Amino acid sequence: MTETERQHRLSVAETIDASAVQAGATAALPPDDPLHAGGETRSQWRDVWRQFRSHTGAMVALVLFLSIILFVTVGPLIWTIDPTYVDIRARNSGFSLAHPFGTDQLGRDMLARLMAGGRVSIAVGLTAMTIAITLGSLVGVVSGYFRRMDAPLMRLTELFLALPLLPLLLLMVTLFREPLSQSFGPAMGTFILIVSAIGATSWMQAARIVRGDVLGLKEREFILAARSIGTPARRMILRHVLPNVLSPIMVAATLGIATAIITESALSFLGLGFPPDFPTWGRLLYDAVDQMIQYPSRVILPGLFISLTVLCVNYIGDGLRDAMDPRIRGR
Amino acid sequence: MLTFTIRRLLLAIPTLLFISFVIFMLLEASPGDPLGDVPLTVPPEVKERMREALGLGQPWYVRYVLWLKQFFWVEPLYWFDSVFGTQFSAGMQRIISFQSRSPVFDVIAQRVPQTLTVVGMSYLVGVLIAIPIGIVSAYKQYSWFDQLGTFVSMIGFSMPTFFTGVVLIIIFGVKLQWFPSVYDTTLQVRDWDSFLAQVRQMVMPVTVLALYNAAQISRFMRASMLDNLGQDYVRTARAKGLSEKTVVLKHVLRNSLIPVITVIALGLPAVFGGAIITEQVFKVNGLGQLLITAIHGNDIPMVLTLTFIFAILIVLFTLIADILYGILDPRIRYD
Repeated sequence: MTETERQHRLSVAETIDASAVQAGATAALPPDDPLHAGGETRSQWRDVWRQFRSHTGAMVALVLFLSIILFVTVGPLIWTIDPTYVDIRARNSGFSLAHPFGTDQLGRDMLARLMAGGRVSIAVGLTAMTIAITLGSLVGVVSGYFRRMDAPLMRLTELFLALPLLPLLLLMVTLFREPLSQSFGPAMGTFILIVSAIGATSWMQAARIVRGDVLGLKEREFILAARSIGTPARRMILRHVLPNVLSPIMVAATLGIATAIITESALSFLGLGFPPDFPTWGRLLYDAVDQMIQYPSRVILPGLFISLTVLCVNYIGDGLRDAMDPRIRGR
Repeated sequence: MLTFTIRRLLLAIPTLLFISFVIFMLLEASPGDPLGDVPLTVPPEVKERMREALGLGQPWYVRYVLWLKQFFWVEPLYWFDSVFGTQFSAGMQRIISFQSRSPVFDVIAQRVPQTLTVVGMSYLVGVLIAIPIGIVSAYKQYSWFDQLGTFVSMIGFSMPTFFTGVVLIIIFGVKLQWFPSVYDTTLQVRDWDSFLAQVRQMVMPVTVLALYNAAQISRFMRASMLDNLGQDYVRTARAKGLSEKTVVLKHVLRNSLIPVITVIALGLPAVFGGAIITEQVFKVNGLGQLLITAIHGNDIPMVLTLTFIFAILIVLFTLIADILYGILDPRIRYD
């Protein structure tokens, strides 16, 4: 037995003794697995949620927004009148039990049309937002992370910011409505067109915000640590960068839904949105403007739904922004 | 500063060229045909000659360069001639609208005053409303006024202008009969009565646009005031015994206006775009309405020129905002 071996054995015995003494204390400590640790676990998202709940406006808006979504998704299952069913004898009827929101000039039930229209409007908002945010985060992360791509991508973003968006959207919709309608059917073709047009013209803000955050993040120690153990760029972005820029992306996404819904209804209002027999909130408003003097409720109802949805989404975005900001959180 | 301005001006040229190219290619790639409404009984060779007459016979790059030349060279020369009575542009082809067969810029010149009066007034009113609201709600943060201001401005930019416009028409145009619901552009202001009529018909479109703008600008004003109110120089100003009025209105307000002014400049072109909808609601025959009729009529030169003018406005006002920021805030230096 050499000297070092003896030394080693002694130190091991010593450690065993020491831990045996401490055994009583260690047993009282919580186990390593936090799920069984008892007490309240705190994760980032739980903190965010707690802060979000204290924002009264945002909570009211969240409840309202969820009920609007329920109204347009579950509503048609309960109120089973077909929104395109023409009942010419019941046309222009006021509020009644058979038609709670009345009927339009062809006797179609307004409640059913509002539900169907809302489904399209919200679907457009969500899809366009997803496209815009995906594009924006992609451009933002790439230009923030890879220095070589930064200048060209930011030039591109500036170019897009200089485009006159509404005229361009009008142009795109008018020019490409026909061919897309022929290949995907009138409703689906217009949907694809409007969603991609809105998505392609509203990613710039998100890209700028994400780029700024990524640039700041790159200077942090954990990025340096991850790089020093040889993490490849792809995993670096997916594991370390993206989760940390998630909060500005989520705020931008929420506000993006609002803009997309407004843009879609503006296009519909200018008569350049969905085909006439395909209700959206904007389209319903546009169709009713001709008879707004006799039947003002038909203009006001879809308009109220648009405004309420957008207001809710804006408030949720506001609450999210406050909740995600660690400087405000916990106050 | 001067070098920065010159560099930005030079940089604006490729940007504008790119934008014009994008718009041109978009129109080029479109399947719409300006001769689509010509009856089928017209023989193809006649149709071909009509196409030639509209200038559609040449390949796209020739037409693009031709349009660039007309926009940047012939039209300015023409203006120069009409101002100084010279003959430089004699015999040169101006940009001609497919619909009216008259020069595009003449039609635009007819429409600009309507848009400018409505949009300009509404932006002015919006700014004048927004700044005091922003100041008060920042100074009394979390007071009932601030809460109300936040709520109203949230509603203000959640309600699309086409909805507020229609609601105003129903309430004030139809039910109360206070204001006319259709904007009469043939009205000429000659005496007191016609001036009153002009004011009355402008009230509703201006209100709609002004509310929308005020909602956004007042938020910026509030945020900027809040930033400045917490600064050290405010404490110093109070410590040396200046009155509260001087501190807020002289020291804080001046510094808070710097970013707000750039926001105002940046928002102006967007207002022109937003006016497209308001003009449609109130039937103002301004630039927006012209654009929509041109799009429906497949009037390529008109659409191209109008959209490009909107793009020029955006680039120009972004530039103005940048330069203003540098001039107003000596801490910002673009080197």
